[in-house]
Amino acid sequence: MAEQTQKVAIVTPERVVYGEEARFVQARGTEGELGILPLHTPLITSLAPGLLRVQKDGKWTVFAVSGGFLEVRDNRVVVLANAAERPEEIDVERAKRAKERAEQRLASKDPEIDVPRAKAALLRALTRLEAAGGKH
Amino acid sequence: MPALRDFRRRIKSVKSTQKICKAMKAVATAKMARAQAAVLAARPYARQLHEVLGRVGTASRDVENPLLTVREPKKICYVVVTADRGLCGGFNSNLLRTATREVQKWDDVRLVAVGRKARNFFRFRGWKMDAEFVGLGENIRFEQGQEIARFVIDKYIAGEYDAVYLIYSKFVNVLVQQPIVTKLLPVEPPADEEGAEQAEEASPKKASVEYIFEPSPEAVLNYLLPKYVENSVYHGLIESKASEQSARMMAMDAATKNAGEMIDRLTLQMNRLRQEGITKELLDIVGGAAALE
Repeated sequence: MAEQTQKVAIVTPERVVYGEEARFVQARGTEGELGILPLHTPLITSLAPGLLRVQKDGKWTVFAVSGGFLEVRDNRVVVLANAAERPEEIDVERAKRAKERAEQRLASKDPEIDVPRAKAALLRALTRLEAAGGKH
Repeated sequence: MPALRDFRRRIKSVKSTQKICKAMKAVATAKMARAQAAVLAARPYARQLHEVLGRVGTASRDVENPLLTVREPKKICYVVVTADRGLCGGFNSNLLRTATREVQKWDDVRLVAVGRKARNFFRFRGWKMDAEFVGLGENIRFEQGQEIARFVIDKYIAGEYDAVYLIYSKFVNVLVQQPIVTKLLPVEPPADEEGAEQAEEASPKKASVEYIFEPSPEAVLNYLLPKYVENSVYHGLIESKASEQSARMMAMDAATKNAGEMIDRLTLQMNRLRQEGITKELLDIVGGAAALE
């Protein structure tokens, strides 16, 4: 018996990253982790930078998402991400550099530093590294 | 009377100009294809954002947001998007003509120039610009649109602007680019057509789909509105880029053709001159021979 599926689309301002029928979506919302199965009730939530995983035919596909939001409606999950990458697309070196830079900024205690921005940058870099590290 | 040598020199110079035009046309064609692809790739996001904003807007009608507050329009900001380079036919001048016309509608106008041509145009005319963004390069990234959008959003929230308009060139097709003036701020949320219809049909209490909002409709709206403005700017930038490249392609195509015609004409004139010379020499020889007899 074919399992029930829902349409899943991940789009960024620059391109469509993913668009397929899938079973399950797991995302990190600003209010906590959430999992969406088919026939979910309509929902709009903002997303925190983090991993987003999609299950299709028992296989997981991972994306590093750097914030955005997610809408569920009529058995369709639409993720509007600021940026979304597959692990193999991630430039690990660049993410590492970004992480170090953000950490330095946060450690420097310079009043000129935009702390929330540096924190956000750090989080993005960590997400990318986590996705590229293939810990899932 | 120009000598044969002068003609040869002219033809040679026109030929090399033609080669440059041809090469530029080829480059513009390739870049246009890429820019067009970017415009297409950006469409799904824009459409979704539009839809969601419409739905959220309907669901949270009385929410206050600084980007939604309408003030009496006194201080008007125009973001003018042109190319960084010329040699693209009437692309920049068309756009700047529209901009000049728009700017005259208001007394207190602020300018944000995007692209070298816009900056130089306004600088030459002694306008003061609040910001300039030049040298954006060929492949526009979303962050570049974001940067411009954040600048005007900050100014809008600070009350330095009462309305912000974006002037850019819309890519209609390869032959047609149309200067467009759109309002960026205050944001006028797109109406949720579907939702509005349903709301009218059903009882007014239960408007369209009931969404769960996390954390809250206000928070989602606060996030969506700046995104919407950022995306509008980004959209304007990539449309403008596609328009620029297609305008350049057409201009260079025309230039290549004109150079070809010029070469033909010059070659004809040169051959005529050469023939004339030969005829004259022949006449001299024949005349000389006749005189000897």
